[in-house]
This record gives sequence, C-alpha cells and structure tokens, in this order.
Amino acid sequence: MIILKKLLKRKLAVFGLIIIFTAIILAIFAPIIAPFSPNEQFFDGLTIEGAPLGPEAGFLLGTDLLGRDLLSRIIHGSRTSLVIGVVANGVAVFIGAFVGIVAGYFRGWIGSVLMRITDLMMAFPALLLAIVLAAIFQPSIWIVAMVIAMVNWVQVARIMYAETISLSEREFIDAERSLGASRIRILFKHITPHLIPSLIVFGTLGISTTVLLEATLSYLGVGVQPPIPSWGNIIFENQTYFATAPWLVAFPGIAIVTLALAFNLVGDALREILDPTMKGRS
Amino acid sequence: MIGFLSRRVFESALILIGITFITFLLLFVLPADPVRQIAGRSATPEVIANIRHQLGLDLPFYQQYWRYFVNLLQGDFGRSYLQKSEVAELIKARLPASLLLMAAGIFAELLIGLAMGIISSLRRGGKTDNILMVVSFVGVSAPQFAVGILMLYFFAVKLAWFPIGGYGTWQHLVLPALTMGFMGAGWYSRMMRSSMLNVLEQDFIRTAKAKGLGKLKVIMRHAVPNAILPIIAMIGIDIGLFVSGMIVVESVFGWPGIGQLAWQAIQRVDIPIIMGVTLVAAFFIVIGNFIADVISIFVDPRIKLK
Repeated sequence: MIILKKLLKRKLAVFGLIIIFTAIILAIFAPIIAPFSPNEQFFDGLTIEGAPLGPEAGFLLGTDLLGRDLLSRIIHGSRTSLVIGVVANGVAVFIGAFVGIVAGYFRGWIGSVLMRITDLMMAFPALLLAIVLAAIFQPSIWIVAMVIAMVNWVQVARIMYAETISLSEREFIDAERSLGASRIRILFKHITPHLIPSLIVFGTLGISTTVLLEATLSYLGVGVQPPIPSWGNIIFENQTYFATAPWLVAFPGIAIVTLALAFNLVGDALREILDPTMKGRS
Repeated sequence: MIGFLSRRVFESALILIGITFITFLLLFVLPADPVRQIAGRSATPEVIANIRHQLGLDLPFYQQYWRYFVNLLQGDFGRSYLQKSEVAELIKARLPASLLLMAAGIFAELLIGLAMGIISSLRRGGKTDNILMVVSFVGVSAPQFAVGILMLYFFAVKLAWFPIGGYGTWQHLVLPALTMGFMGAGWYSRMMRSSMLNVLEQDFIRTAKAKGLGKLKVIMRHAVPNAILPIIAMIGIDIGLFVSGMIVVESVFGWPGIGQLAWQAIQRVDIPIIMGVTLVAAFFIVIGNFIADVISIFVDPRIKLK
C-alpha cells in the first residue's frame, strides 16, 4: 500500500498505470468493446481494387488487407500481448530467481554448474535462439510464451545470484546462523524476503522486454500465428502495404510502444521507490 | 593480469564449445527433415536413404556431433543443404555488410545517446531533462521492426531522401543504422546521464572550475571523457542485442548480411547455415564480453582480478 501511494505521487508512473489498467480492461472485455469481430472479413472492407480502407467513419482505424476491422484486431491483440507478457515473464522470473538464488546460496558445484549454464545462455544470440525454438515447436500462444521465458530468465538469474551472495555475507545472516537456524530456514525466512523488491522491479521491467520480443517473433512469422491477432503479426501480415497504407503498421506499432513504455515507466518508478540495489540501506 | 586474461580466454573457449553442442542438440531434435526438403516430394525411399547416408544423418548423435566439431576446428562449417555451397563462404561473403551495419548502428546510438545524456545531466531536474528522459524511454520501448518500417515510409517513400532498401552507397546505410541505434540510444542516454552526474560531483571538476576554466571546457575536457569510459565497456556487452537487431533490421531493409542469411536459412530449415551464423554471432558476443571486461579493468583498476 505504501508502495502504491508512492507510485501515485509520480506523474509518469501514474501515466503508466493508467495505460496498463486500460490494456487489461480492453483485453478482458475485448468482445464487448471491439466494434466488430476481429476475424470477420467485410465485403465493404476493401476498395474496389481490393486495397485496405483508410481510417474513416465505418472503420475507425481502417481495415487490413483482408478487409477486417483494424481497431477490433488491435483490441483483441491486447489479449495476446498481456497474456504472453505476464505468463512468459512470470515463468522467466521464476526460473531466473530459482537458478540465481540456488547458485548464490548453496554455491559449491551446484552453483558453478548453474552459473556456467547462465554464462552460456548469455553468449547465445537470444533472438536467434528464440526463432530456432519457435521453429522446432509449432507456435501456439503458450509455446511462444515458453520460448520467450527460456530466453529471458538469464538476466534475472544473474541479478539474483549477485544479490543472494551479498546478502548471505551480511552480519544478520551470520547472527541467525550462530543462533542455530537451519540453512533452509535462513533461506526462506531471511534471504528470500529481501530479494522480493528486486523481483518486483525486474518482474515489471521484464514484461516490457517480453512484449517487445513477442511482437518481434510474431512480426517474423514465428510467433503467434494468424488469424489470432497479435500486434506483431498484424504488422507482419500487412507490411507489403506499408507504402500505401502506413496506418496498418503505425497503429499496432503505437500499441506496442505504449504498452512497453507503460511497464518501463512503472518499473523504473518502482526501482527508485524500492531501491533494490540497497544503496540506501547498507 | 596475465593470469586473469588467460583464464578469461579459456572460459570463452569453453562457452563457444558449449554453444556448438547446444545448437547441434537443438537442431538434432528439430522435427523438420532436411532430407525430404532436398530430395523433393516425389523421391523414392532409396533416394532418401542415399541422401541421408551422404550427409551422415544416419549416424548416431555423438558421431554426428564429433564429425561436425572436428570439421569446425579446421574452419569447415559444412555445406548448405539447399544452396550447395560452403557455409563458411556464404558467411564470409555476407559478414562485411553486417559488420558495416553494426559499426554504423553503434555510431548512431552513441552519437544520439551520449548527446542526450550529456544535455540531460547538465539540465538536471529541468524541463529539458524530463523530456529527454521520456524520449529515451520511448526509444527503449519501440520495436525495431516498426521503427524501421515507419522510417522507410517517411524518409524513403514520402520524402524520398533515402533509397527504399538494398545495399551499396552511404545513403543505403542511414536508415538501417538509425533503426539499429534507436533502441540503444535510449539506454545510453540514461547511462550517460547518471555517469555524468556522478563525475560532475567529483572534486577534480570543482578544481577545474576553480582554476578558471570556462564551463564548456570543464565539461568537454574533464567531465565527458571521464563519464564516457564506463559506457564504452557497455558496448561490448551489447553485441548480443545487435545480433538480434541484425536479424530484424536486415529483413526490414533487405540488407544482405548474416542476419538475413540466418533468417532465410531458418525458413528453409537449412541447418548448417543456422549453425554457422549462430556460432559466428556467439563468437562476436563472447569477444565483446571479453573486451568489455578488459576495458573495465583499465577504466577502474579497483576492480578485483578475481
């Protein structure tokens, strides 16, 4: 609650929260809010030559190359972005936290092996790996989310590793140990709670990265597959028309930037409030 | 120092070997069958078995990997399944274009990012600072493919200042380089800002001011060079982002580099090319990280050589 109060004092964070809230509402109530079905191809949705319509009275943001309403597709696309953003990033943060904390707390050979794997993943060209993985498994929304999680956990693991190590060397941990607390008790009662601020911050910032990666994979055609609308695959489907119908790229593009920006703004504000580097505390 | 360097070289080599193994494993379990693609739909089972044997794909996993690895050490990346040419040749032919794009992208992101960061730090807390920092956030939130396509629309289609795509003159390079640098500029402006704020508080800046140097001289001679060093090290770490950017930007602008090569190979399941490009990219990432480590030691000798 204190965190929320502090967040609401920052203009940019409030702006970000409003966007995120709007996106959630749009995603939940997409069928009610959207003026048309995202997949309906309108007979009057194309010009006589068969080109997409520009923004006009009937179709607020115009139509795409198949004569579907762009606004409705963008509204339904918010579901894809949010579901993948939250699920993929949640899994990534979970894996990253697990690997980082285990490696940092138990060290020894488990720690070495885990951190060498992390180093290996750092050297992998992330997008290339994601594309190969997405090509191996037939992409559905959940597969795309898992692929992104498998690529994105690495940063979290490194941060958690460093923080766990510095925490476990602090005096209050020594004190607990000398009082006879077990290793597991120290880990769950005294180490993990101190890592939560960082997890919240990187959990928020990571959604932004995830939204962008999903859009990129879908743009390359290996992410979420049409006809399920995703902001990335709307651009993928329509890019041949970019010279005559730039709104087909601009509107979904704006949607991606706005959502990613919102999570970045909130995440950055949280970082300043929670100060996870613990500069102010040690 | 020498001990540290040799250990880092050894670690880097291990990482590269690990990457050959993982990539090989991933592509080994790939359900798509390259033999069917080469042979075509109407091929008889005998023809398919024959091709499989020729490519060595009927061997068990460890033998295939070992063969690949030994060839790799001799600089042989294998042959493309579909283009019938040496992967090493294909990559060699396309690498200069990618390196040019990468260099231009780094130049663009530093030029824009550092300028924004310096101005911001000098106007700390003011309106300019706030606006620039919001702009930097928009930069890191913008997907490269959309930025690229919209740049094409405005600067190539509408204004016709630059060609719509392709490769050759410096005009071809401007838009792809800006697209590559756009996201990085956002990060670098934020890092440069905080690095500058750090330096501006130091005693030697006060001394420089006290001895009567003009404001511009203090900033350009004393503050900026000291603030820039830690940021230069970051470029090495960013090579991975550039490799990802290359695939997207090269496919938007039709830039004939290794990103486009990889992208086409993935669509055709041309495994030797995918392996080759992944390894070359990983090689650059490892080198980049290595250089970043070395630079940070020179920048800040307090870093322990552990």
